[in-house]
Amino acid sequence: MAVSWLGFVAFLCIIFARSGLSLYFHMGETEKKCFIEEIPDETMVTGKYKTQLYDENINDFLPSSPGIGMHVEVRDPNDKVIMSRYFSAEGRFTFTSHAPGEHSICLHSNSTRWSLFAGGKLRVHLDIQVGEHTNDYTEIAAKDKLTELQLRIRQLLDQVEQIGKEQAYQRYREERFRATSESTNQRVLWWSLGQTLILLLTGFWQMRHLKGFFEAKKLV
Amino acid sequence: MYLRIFVLCVFIIFLSIANATELTFELEDNARQCFHEDVKKGTKATLEFQVISGGQYDVDVILTGPSGHSLYDERKKQYDSHTFTAEKDGEYVFCFSNEFSTFTHKVVYFDFQAGDEEPKWKSMGGENTALTSLEMSSVTMHESLKVVVDYQTHHRLREATARDRAEYLNERVQYWSIGESVLIVILSIGQVFVLRRFFAEKRSNI
Repeated sequence: MAVSWLGFVAFLCIIFARSGLSLYFHMGETEKKCFIEEIPDETMVTGKYKTQLYDENINDFLPSSPGIGMHVEVRDPNDKVIMSRYFSAEGRFTFTSHAPGEHSICLHSNSTRWSLFAGGKLRVHLDIQVGEHTNDYTEIAAKDKLTELQLRIRQLLDQVEQIGKEQAYQRYREERFRATSESTNQRVLWWSLGQTLILLLTGFWQMRHLKGFFEAKKLV
Repeated sequence: MYLRIFVLCVFIIFLSIANATELTFELEDNARQCFHEDVKKGTKATLEFQVISGGQYDVDVILTGPSGHSLYDERKKQYDSHTFTAEKDGEYVFCFSNEFSTFTHKVVYFDFQAGDEEPKWKSMGGENTALTSLEMSSVTMHESLKVVVDYQTHHRLREATARDRAEYLNERVQYWSIGESVLIVILSIGQVFVLRRFFAEKRSNI
């Protein structure tokens, strides 16, 4: 009795843990969807997705869609490709950032295989987790044999670490912003000096030219 | 032993039940992007969004419930937050539309959170009372850290918007000053020629 009850609980547990994929959107045939994650360096990002194909016959989305491949491409802030891979209809991708900034994650399907019989519509469930959210605490608890409280503390530690990283990133950005502001300030200064010079030069040229002209015309 | 596993399980369930998704995406001109989520009846959900860059930093946002009625419909909003309680089980759809804009594309951030009920700690950690206060404080810490992360995110977005605006301003100032310089030169040459013609005409009249 106790065992079956435990089994049921474990089952529920798995069900709930798997139901993370709740948000979804629709994608056209050859469409490419990109998402931006602005993250500090050395941060782990995990994306989980699941695709469902639209079936005209039953006028609904099929529960699963074998044969559909998803191409995932991740670019770092310098536009360098970090990851470019084909995954199946349901998958999970993970990458770690090495440079702080905007990372773009693009998804597009290998359209030719299914566009012929589908209405060109694909439902994509997507869940992107950043930083300490990527950790699977179920796994950690099982592996390190942690108690509930230890697990909680572990999570807090991870959270604090992520906050620290974010803070460092914010400092970096603040520094960059200030550098930009200072350079703008410098340039405005030089520009206004230059403009004054232009004004003086044109004024001087005007005077000289007019003086020469009037003298030539014997007006003065 | 079983109880411990059960407690851990419930704990993990509660961890994963507060389901939040934040995404940042690019919205092309004339485009519309919808996101769907199945929400259970009675769940409190919050939608928060902010336009990070592009044009006037505004976007149309429409949130519709399962029966097709709109729960939130705002035009040309820069940022907002909307909390609602789901009246029915079903699919809630929120759309970001840039259909009013013909040439600017925008970057939009949103955070959708469904079900932020507090984990039921007291009913869970029953037997060991010595740990309860420690547990409670860890929960409090977790909650406040979540707030910190939230503020950090807002700060980051604000900074991103500010930077974008600053860069846009810089660009405009640059073009304007180049234009101004060109104008000065043209005007000064023009002045001289107008004056010259003026005198030349006068002389021919005499």
